[in-house]
Amino acid sequence: MALTEAQLAKYRRRARGGRIRMALSLGATLVGLTALALILGALVSKGIAGLNLAVFTETTPPPGSTGGLLNPIVGSVLMTLIAVAIGTPLGILAGTWLAEYGAHSKLAGVIRFINDILLSAPSIVIGLFIYELMVRPVGRFSALAGAVALSVIVIPVVLRTTEDMLRLVPTQLREAAFALGMPRSLVIRRVVYKAASTGMVTGVLLAVARISGETAPLLFTALNNQFFNADLTQPTASLPVVIFQFAMSPYKQWQDLAWAGALLITFTVLALSVFARALSSRTK
Amino acid sequence: MPATERREKVSVRDLRFFYGDNLALKNISLPLYEKHITAFIGPSGCGKSTLLRVLNRMYDLYPRQRAEGEVLLDGENILTPGQDLNLLRAKIGMVFQKPTPFPMSIYDNIAFGIRLYEDIPKSEMDGRVEEALRGAALWNEVKDKLGASGLSLSGGQQQRLCIARSVAIRPEVILFDEPCSALDPISTAKIEELMDELKEEYTIAIVTHSMQQAARVSEYTAFMYLGELIEFGETSKIFTTPADQRTQDYITGRFG
Repeated sequence: MALTEAQLAKYRRRARGGRIRMALSLGATLVGLTALALILGALVSKGIAGLNLAVFTETTPPPGSTGGLLNPIVGSVLMTLIAVAIGTPLGILAGTWLAEYGAHSKLAGVIRFINDILLSAPSIVIGLFIYELMVRPVGRFSALAGAVALSVIVIPVVLRTTEDMLRLVPTQLREAAFALGMPRSLVIRRVVYKAASTGMVTGVLLAVARISGETAPLLFTALNNQFFNADLTQPTASLPVVIFQFAMSPYKQWQDLAWAGALLITFTVLALSVFARALSSRTK
Repeated sequence: MPATERREKVSVRDLRFFYGDNLALKNISLPLYEKHITAFIGPSGCGKSTLLRVLNRMYDLYPRQRAEGEVLLDGENILTPGQDLNLLRAKIGMVFQKPTPFPMSIYDNIAFGIRLYEDIPKSEMDGRVEEALRGAALWNEVKDKLGASGLSLSGGQQQRLCIARSVAIRPEVILFDEPCSALDPISTAKIEELMDELKEEYTIAIVTHSMQQAARVSEYTAFMYLGELIEFGETSKIFTTPADQRTQDYITGRFG
């Protein structure tokens, strides 16, 4: 078709507008990526210096001497594991109920609403809540209280992803299972879970990534500990809290360890996120 | 088909079906004859799939859907509240529009259903799996990869796997809900051939949008329109000398 001058002019105006919007989006992306690159760059350059074998084998040093991050690493891993062990079953069961049993009920709407609030609740409030519940009554900070505070963060994340993933399972697959005379519990456990498994695992991994950097809920619950400790009823060190404490200190060794710890956390979270993404994209 | 040989396996009597307050089936009465194929045809939204989903009470999974009237399976009303739906569905199998293999191996897709009701040793299970796959004309294509995922098969193979899965638990009636609408003509021909063999043993109902398919595979045809059963009779009669003008219009492509 032959375009008239007026049509061509309109086309060119639109094309020009498109190029401008494209440039703006590109600019915005660059700003975001630059910030990320700067953060990672600073983290790597300063963190690498403090990173050595001693970080993994020695406990936190007193000011002025050398040491490592063994106790906060162990504390973090321990509390994260317990938090996931508490939060995952609760989140999955609740998510299953929402997606498979109560989907259309009033109660489900209420639970979803509460869960959304919990999902965006400031973590320091969660820390305070567990402080009132588990620390004040016994008069002592403990790893267990820390883990429970973290599990309160895990539950809504796992609940939400579980429900979302179960909803993605086609209705026909469920009906096909029911059509064989399968009872509902089996349909869910053997067919629906299986179809949604990678998505559900991704949810758990994302929850782990989310809590491994949390500081606020631990300040009120597990607090900190200069020494190695595996007793769940005692105050326990964790990476985020130790980073906070060491980074604010005037001592060079402590600051270097804080950088090393920050590098450790960041790359653990990054690795988890990448793994979770790879896992969920592989099944699509 | 001599009339004396046929027996009503399923009798639908005055069936009314509601989606909420919406009446979707209006006083449907028709038989499914044992070891015969009955086709349900009609334009979209006429209620033919709804009728099929009443027969194994699939609608029970959803709130605000209910049925009134009677559906007799060997004389027993399956719409009564006390029915054990799992046992009912084991007797009345269903194959869906889109193939729905379970996310597990080909072997387990078949064995899973059998294990629900029977504890049999591995050797016997192997036999049952083979028998079901042979019954669905799939054995020769998958016998060397029974451990492969059911999802790795082609669409037509997946659909035959689903048929094998239904057949494996030895139902009495099999419901096909537009089983070929997602398949190419070659796979469709295979499924139709298969249905022709299956009717030796099973009572079959099929919902289809393809009138040619209805004419090819079925012995009885029910034409439905706007929730009503307009006409039911022998397929040859429905397609050559329909009694109702609307049936005539539909099968000649004048509306629908």
